[in-house]
Amino acid sequence: MYVAVKGGERAIAAAHGWLDEERRGDPAIPELGTDQIRTQMTLAVDRVMAEGSLYDPDLAALALKQARGDAIEAIFLIRAYRTTLPRFGASIPIATGAMACERRISAIFKDAPGGQVLGPTFDYTHRLLDFALMAGGEAPSSAPQSEPRDAAKPHVTEILAREDLIQAESEHDEVDTPPDLTRAPLSLPASRALRLQALARGDEGFLLSLAYSTQRGYGRNHPFVGELRVGTVAVEMEIPELGFAVEIGEIVVSECESVNQFTGSKTQPAQFTRGYGLVFGRGERKAISMALVDRALRWKELGEENTGAPAQDEEFVLAHADNIQASGFLEHIKLPHYVDFQAELELIRKLRSEALAHLGADA
Amino acid sequence: MSGYNFAYLDEQTKRMIRRALLKAVAIPGYQVPFASREMPMPYGWGTGGVQVTAACLVPEDTLKVIDQGADDTTNAVSIRAFFARVADIATTEHTRDASVIQTRHRIPEAPLREDQILVFQVPIPEPLRFLEPRETETRKMHALEEYGLMHVRLYEDIARHGEIAKSYAYPVRVEGRYVMDPSPIPKFDNPKLDDCPALQLFGAGREQRIYALPPYTRVESLDFEDYPFKASRPDHPCALCGARDSYLDEVVIDDAGGRMFVCSDTDYCNDRRAAGHRGEMAAPFEEMPE
Repeated sequence: MYVAVKGGERAIAAAHGWLDEERRGDPAIPELGTDQIRTQMTLAVDRVMAEGSLYDPDLAALALKQARGDAIEAIFLIRAYRTTLPRFGASIPIATGAMACERRISAIFKDAPGGQVLGPTFDYTHRLLDFALMAGGEAPSSAPQSEPRDAAKPHVTEILAREDLIQAESEHDEVDTPPDLTRAPLSLPASRALRLQALARGDEGFLLSLAYSTQRGYGRNHPFVGELRVGTVAVEMEIPELGFAVEIGEIVVSECESVNQFTGSKTQPAQFTRGYGLVFGRGERKAISMALVDRALRWKELGEENTGAPAQDEEFVLAHADNIQASGFLEHIKLPHYVDFQAELELIRKLRSEALAHLGADA
Repeated sequence: MSGYNFAYLDEQTKRMIRRALLKAVAIPGYQVPFASREMPMPYGWGTGGVQVTAACLVPEDTLKVIDQGADDTTNAVSIRAFFARVADIATTEHTRDASVIQTRHRIPEAPLREDQILVFQVPIPEPLRFLEPRETETRKMHALEEYGLMHVRLYEDIARHGEIAKSYAYPVRVEGRYVMDPSPIPKFDNPKLDDCPALQLFGAGREQRIYALPPYTRVESLDFEDYPFKASRPDHPCALCGARDSYLDEVVIDDAGGRMFVCSDTDYCNDRRAAGHRGEMAAPFEEMPE
């Protein structure tokens, strides 16, 4: 009897029905609303927005619900939606110096103009399960209200820049025509703007591991968190008919500027150097990782030695940072490969029979 | 389907892909970078082929989609349903009735015609990738026609195994110039690439590359004078239709080592059975699918 897979069409429809059922779970338990996800699973929503490259908390919440909480699946849903959207143009660069910070810390100065703002961080919590949350119904203890600190918070690196102690960033690089990774094929070597774009969309876990590897000596660059800030910035766009920029909305971003040791090279006097990380939403782990990887990738520009570390290898990093590409290609090996496998079977049988015939002849 | 353009992609994107296709046709076997879009199916599921198909389709087209040679494998079903939905075009399982055929891992057994387009889904378009992982290097190697490394690899196979141990995705040389990956088709299918009347297009979505074989292009499988290329197939007739000229799937039929060999090209097998051919395991009064 011929029993190979038949009726793919029916199987697919049935699988989709089952998937819907699994997503909903026990019908006796109230269904999760996307508003609940958007307001209570905020960091998951933020990650989906960041790696989905689309700032829309409602859609990110929907994607998480539809993906049963799987971050990469949700990111994929957002990417596939984003790609169908028209491009109206590019905003003018956001001014993170004018950010309304909910968190702003520097690890290199005890205090800085504008002050340190700890914000709602997990950093000093004790990781003890709070069983009260499981019991439910507990109203959160209200945070003590402090005076709102609306003092200006200039970037901490500017303090170093005033003494010329830190490398100056060139201001005119490609500012007029930002490259778009989603509209042009990646070509190498890539500009720094394109690298940063790829890292901003890149998988948090991948960047975390790469950044960690630089700390452990694979392309070491001695980073300090010069500044980490999380908060709201205005997005402005130049409207050609008006001839000036108008604010079109506000977004929350996390920004990290790393300050890295640098002893100088043949072409550069000793100076601190920079790495930069910026991500949508509250994603400081990724912002810091991104800054370290950005810094590692800048070895050529700074005349450093390429030690062959993975984090220094632009082609390696950019080709493997995207989790939608990676998971797609990885998981496609679930698809049928009967034909290739058949060809391999034939080959192995043939090679084996020849080898065994040889052995027989020798004996 | 409302809300989406004909064949899913917007016209600007199709134009971008068509430009890449024209360039690919103009330089047979050369990999043209294109701005691959994120598609509503995962990378690895045929996003490159789907984009090429979407850019080629017109409302009058009849589309056939096969995976592993078969029309009824899950991903073939899924891609066919996608285009039926977003392009509202006719679909078919018959090779002879199709104007566009998207395929993964096979070339249909029935000869193709000048009025047909065969679209291949490609996972890794770079034939040199497993010898040199860097794109910056492999592009240089193609530019300089520096294919020595590939020949050394094939020679090493012969030295070690007595033959070239590559059974699928067997590299070819196009018009004596570019070495090209024919996608993971079994090497049995390689001779069909050569001098083919149909236009053959290759799309690699994740790797952002398109390449092409215009009709009647000379395509040679790499080999040596004393070790000529041999297309191989299992040495059995098809158990259902008795064909001795088709590529076969090996199907395990019990837990005691029982096997049967059947055509991987389901349309070819059905056609032969409809014409009265019978293999040794065919049901005597089999009801034939239309």
